[in-house]
Amino acid sequence: MLDRPTPDRRVPDRPMIEIRDVTRSYGAFKALDDCSLTIREGEFFSLLGPSGCGKTTLLRMIAGFDNPTSGTIAVDGQEMVGVPANRRPTNMVFQSYAIFPHLNVEQNVAYGLKRLKLDPVEEKRRVDEVLAMVSLNGLGKRGAHELSGGQRQRVALARALVMRPKVLLLDEPLSALDKKLREQMQVELRRLQQAVGITFILVTHDQYEALAMSDRIAVMFGGRIAQVASPKEMYQRPVNRQVADFLGGMNFVKAEVVEENGSSITVDTLGFGRVTTEKPKAFVRNGAGATLGIRPERLRVLWDNATAKYEVAGTVVERHYFGEITHLIVEIPGLEKPLSVTETNDFGADDIPVGAAIRLGYDRDALVAMAD
Amino acid sequence: MTAAAEGSPPLTADGIRRRPPLLQSESFQGLALISPTLLYALILLLLPILVVFAHSFWTQNYLTIDHTFTLQNYRTALTEPIYLDLLWRSLFVSLLVSLFTVVLAYPIAYFISFHGGSHKGLWLFLITIPFWTSYLLRVMSWKVILGYNGVLNSGLMGLGLISEPSTALLYNTSAVIITLTHAWAAFAILPIFVSLEKVDRTLIEAAKDLGDGPLRSFLRVTLPLSAPGVISALLIVMIPTVGDYVTPKLVGGKDGVMIANAIQAQFGKASNWPLGAALSVTTMVVVSLMAGGAVFLIRAAARLAR
Repeated sequence: MLDRPTPDRRVPDRPMIEIRDVTRSYGAFKALDDCSLTIREGEFFSLLGPSGCGKTTLLRMIAGFDNPTSGTIAVDGQEMVGVPANRRPTNMVFQSYAIFPHLNVEQNVAYGLKRLKLDPVEEKRRVDEVLAMVSLNGLGKRGAHELSGGQRQRVALARALVMRPKVLLLDEPLSALDKKLREQMQVELRRLQQAVGITFILVTHDQYEALAMSDRIAVMFGGRIAQVASPKEMYQRPVNRQVADFLGGMNFVKAEVVEENGSSITVDTLGFGRVTTEKPKAFVRNGAGATLGIRPERLRVLWDNATAKYEVAGTVVERHYFGEITHLIVEIPGLEKPLSVTETNDFGADDIPVGAAIRLGYDRDALVAMAD
Repeated sequence: MTAAAEGSPPLTADGIRRRPPLLQSESFQGLALISPTLLYALILLLLPILVVFAHSFWTQNYLTIDHTFTLQNYRTALTEPIYLDLLWRSLFVSLLVSLFTVVLAYPIAYFISFHGGSHKGLWLFLITIPFWTSYLLRVMSWKVILGYNGVLNSGLMGLGLISEPSTALLYNTSAVIITLTHAWAAFAILPIFVSLEKVDRTLIEAAKDLGDGPLRSFLRVTLPLSAPGVISALLIVMIPTVGDYVTPKLVGGKDGVMIANAIQAQFGKASNWPLGAALSVTTMVVVSLMAGGAVFLIRAAARLAR
C-alpha cells in the first residue's frame, strides 16, 4: 500500500478540485463554456459526454497541458492556472498510455521517481510495491513492446500512482481494451481507487463505465456541464432529455405542466394521464411544455389477468431478441411515438408475437418529468 | 476446399503444404521488384569495387598491369607517413564535420518538427533551395566568403576589428570543415527531422506530467527517441566526407589535402592505379570501422542515459 497521510486526518467532503467559471475559447469556438465544478477529496469522479463535449479539455486543464481563457482551477486549495504540468500534484493516465518505448516496465514506472533522487533501495521498493498493486509483479524487465494492451494500461497506471499524486487523471483509459478486459479493469480500477484513497477523475464517453465506477458524474454537452449527480440520481432523475438520452434508453412522452411548486411538478400527458413527480433540481421551464420520461426496463409486461395500479395498453409492433432480454416496441393509442420496453426472458417475453395486444404496468416513481 | 482455406497456402490431400509455384512466391516477387535497381547497383557499384579490389593486389609497370599477387601496395599505404597522415586528417575532418553538422542541424530539425506548425513543408523546401545550384558553386561561394578580399575579411575590417585581411580563413583544414559542414547540412536535417516527427508528442506530455521540465524531458525522451535520426545523419555526413576531394582541393590549400586527393593523384598524374586502389580499399575499411564504432558508441551512450 502507498504511504499516505493517515485516513483519519482526511476531512470528509473536503474539496480537492475547484473549477470556477472556466471558459476555453479557440477563436469563436468555445470548447468549455463557463464550467464550475467541485470535486471532493477521495472521490471517484467521472466526466461523461459525447466526443467534443469538452471533457478532455477540462481534464487537460487540471493536468496543466492547457490553460483556461478565463476562470480558475484550484487543486487542494492551491491556484493552478499558470503552474506548468510538471509542478502540479496531479498525474495522468493517457488514452494511448504513452509508455516510453525505449524503457522497460521498471524504468517506465521509475521515470518520475528519478527526479526525486531517492535511495536506490527505496526507489526499487516503491516500484515493486506499485507493480504488485497493479498485478504486474515479475514483469519489471519486460520491454515496452512486449506488453499486451491490458499490461500497457497497468504500466501507465503504476507509473502515475508511484508518484503518489493528490489527483489521478484518467483519459479514457479503458477505451482501447476489448469488452471483457474493460469490464474487468472497471472493477479493478474502482477497487484500486478505494485502496489508495486518491481522488480519481475519469474521462469517458461510455455511460455504463461512468455509472459502474463513479461516486459522482458530471455529464457534459457542448462545453457545458449539464448535470452533476451520483450515478443513481443521474440515471433515475436526469435533468433534461439530452442527459436522459445519453445515459441509456428512455421513452419520452410529450407533457404539459399544470402545476409546479418547490419540490414537485404535475404534468398532463396523453398516455399516462396526470402525473405528479419529484421536481428535478435543475428544472428550467420553457412555457408549459415539458417531457415525461420512463426507462424501458421500468415498463413490465402484464401477463393474462395480472393487473397493476398503473398500466397502459397497446400493440406489439416490433420484437428484438438480445439473449437474456427482449426488446419490444409497443404502440400505445394516443402516443405519438411507440414505447420501447425491455423485458427479461424468464417469463417468455421472447415469445410474444408481433401484433399481439398487451398491457404494460409501471410504478408512478418510474416516471420522471424533465425540461425539454 | 472451403472458403476457410483462402489466404493460406493450398493443402494437399494428406495435409502437407505444397510450395507455391516459383513465379507466385513472395520472395520471387520481391526480387523481381527490386531487380532493375539491383542489377544497376551490381553493375555500377559492386563490379567497380571488385575491379578496385583486384587492382590493389597488382603492380603497375608504366602502362601495363602486372597481375601477380602482391601486398606491397598495402605495405606502402599503411607505412608511408604521408598516406597515414592524410588518412588520419581525413578521418579527423569527417568526424568533426559530421559532429558539427549534426549539432547545427538538430536545432533546425527540432524547430521545424515542433514549431513548424502548418509550414513544415515550406521550411523543408527552403532548406533544399541551396541544392538548386551545383556543389562546386556552393564550395566556390565559400571561397568568396573566406578569401583574402572576401566578405568576412572586408566585413571585419569595415567594423575595425582587424586592420589587415586575415589569411587564416582560407586554404587550411578549418576552411574545409566550414565548407563541408554547410554543404552537408540538409542531409543531416532531413533524417533528424523524420525521426523527430515520429516521436509521439504524448510521450513528451507524459514526461512533463511525471515532473520533467522542458530540458529534462528533451534529454530523457526526445533525444533518445530521435537517436536513429542522429545516427543516420552522422553516417550520411561522415562516410562521404572522408572521400571528398573537391572541397579540399578548392578551399583546403596545402594544409587541407585529404586522402581522396592522394588517391586521385595515384589514378591521375602519378599513374599508379594499384597504389590508388590499395589506398581506396584501406580508406573504405577504416571508414566502415569508424562508422561502426560511432554507431556502437551512440547506442552505448543512449543505454547509459536511461
